Amino acid sequence: MSLSVRLRHAFDAFSVDAAFEAPRGVTILFGRSGSGKSTIVNAVAGLLTPDHGRIELDGEVLLNTEAGLNPPPHRRRIGYIFQDARLFPHLTVRRNLLYGRWFAPRAARHEDMDRIVEMLGLGRLLGRRPGHLSGGERQRVAIGRALLAAPRLILADEPLASLDEPRKAEILPYFERLRDEISVPILYVSHSGSEVARLATTVVALEDGRVSRQGTAAEVLGDPMVMPLGVRNAGAVLEVTVAAHHPDGLSELDAAGIPLLLPRVPYPVAARIRIRIPAQDVILARERPAGLSALNVIPATVESIREGGGPGTIVSLSTGAGRVLARITKRSAEMLDLSEGGAVFAIVKTLSIAPEDIGGER
Amino acid sequence: MDWLGPEEWQAVALSLKVALWATLASLPFGILAAYALARWSFPGKPLLNGLVHLPLIMPPVVTGYLLLLAFGTRGWLGGALQEVGIVFAFRWTGAALAAAVMAFPLMVRAIRLSLEAVDPKLEQAAATLGASRIWVFITVTLPLILPGVLAGAILAFAKAMGEFGATITFVSNIPGQTQTVPSAIYAFLQVPGGETSALRLVAIAIVIAMAALLASEWISVRVARRVSGA
Repeated sequence: MSLSVRLRHAFDAFSVDAAFEAPRGVTILFGRSGSGKSTIVNAVAGLLTPDHGRIELDGEVLLNTEAGLNPPPHRRRIGYIFQDARLFPHLTVRRNLLYGRWFAPRAARHEDMDRIVEMLGLGRLLGRRPGHLSGGERQRVAIGRALLAAPRLILADEPLASLDEPRKAEILPYFERLRDEISVPILYVSHSGSEVARLATTVVALEDGRVSRQGTAAEVLGDPMVMPLGVRNAGAVLEVTVAAHHPDGLSELDAAGIPLLLPRVPYPVAARIRIRIPAQDVILARERPAGLSALNVIPATVESIREGGGPGTIVSLSTGAGRVLARITKRSAEMLDLSEGGAVFAIVKTLSIAPEDIGGER
Repeated sequence: MDWLGPEEWQAVALSLKVALWATLASLPFGILAAYALARWSFPGKPLLNGLVHLPLIMPPVVTGYLLLLAFGTRGWLGGALQEVGIVFAFRWTGAALAAAVMAFPLMVRAIRLSLEAVDPKLEQAAATLGASRIWVFITVTLPLILPGVLAGAILAFAKAMGEFGATITFVSNIPGQTQTVPSAIYAFLQVPGGETSALRLVAIAIVIAMAALLASEWISVRVARRVSGA
């Protein structure tokens, strides 16, 4: 199961020139709006014909502009979950869900309707029409509809972007289940660090239509040289294990021997989860601080200090738990006399880790 | 209905038959033309647009005369069609053809408007789910434009019921063959003492037009409710 994409396409004021490989699992195309993410997924789906390109899915050539090969969308068997759901307003939820099944080859209809309905919690909605659904419900139906069309690949173009925060929190776990329970690879477009931290098996960072970095979520989000969303939204990802749930509403996590305290996480003890630590919320100290309200103090070594044009710097830290990024001012960096290889302590407030930045297998 | 004379009754029945056939037979062409105008871009598009709308702005007599030239027994199309047994000249079929041509612009406009209101993104979504273009049209586009199609059909039916100028020029005014309600009213008004008959037909014309309008309202409200899912 792998997707290989190479394409070039010029718009009036902007061009895309990107190549990447998406192995199984969730591959996230990560970047600001206008970085070329949607162009790429639309070319994969067949909704846009790029100037030049070659797209291969499991060895089958889906697009080859050199050879004039560009089959229409309905021959590609690629499920597409749109940002705006695009449910058919004249059909009930049940008939929306079954729409693609009818066109799929009989042998490929392996997804069971009942299982999808159960997984996405759609049982109560089947008889309704899309006009009567909330935004979150609509998006769940759209996910089910794409799955039931027996796709070989699922595309999701910012499926959470038009939802408010509570709805996002409602839908994101379904994508985690998709990743963990369905064998179909997913190409997912996002400009949210949280979504990358929680969902990505592979991240492809895009800047101005070019791939600036490809790797795991921890590699890409922890790379101080790659910040597709700018320093303000930087934040590294740590893989941790749930160690205990305490009665005061906190959960204790084990980050390779370093204990971390977070607001209670909805995962059982021993579950492997990922947490994203916003670089803005990390404080640095030269000595282990005493008399401090923050609960998490992580010993670290300075790997690199990246200065930008503004008053801030991004300090990349190597810790026993993995790489952590800290965004502090240049003045603080000078005051602390930070240098590469120097020992520091990274301090993270327990409450600064938002629930949307915590995810894993349930 | 004994308050209608046989000649009047004949005219009403013929008008209904002519208008019904004119509407049903032109509907597929109306949908095709509306689709072409709303969705496709091709070199002759302004020409097609003009051609479709021409009967709306030309004097009906001109349309009727052109039909006579083309579809008359000695016309270039009429002659060919006669070979295969289709005759328009001075038959009720000719009246239906004239009515269809005159009503066509109204039908196409209504359907085109509703087509332009359909979000192409829904059709894209259907394509990604495996539907070919024809299936996208049948399962998504057509159900969504149904209110417009019905409105267009009813408008065309009402227009066909009232068509006079092109019909009388093309197929004349033969009782029982091509004498529709408007032609009959015209004929009654030409003879002394015909006003009562004419008035009865006028009343019937008003009732049919009103019924068509009410039916179209009722259908479009129902269909719109079903389509919007509200």
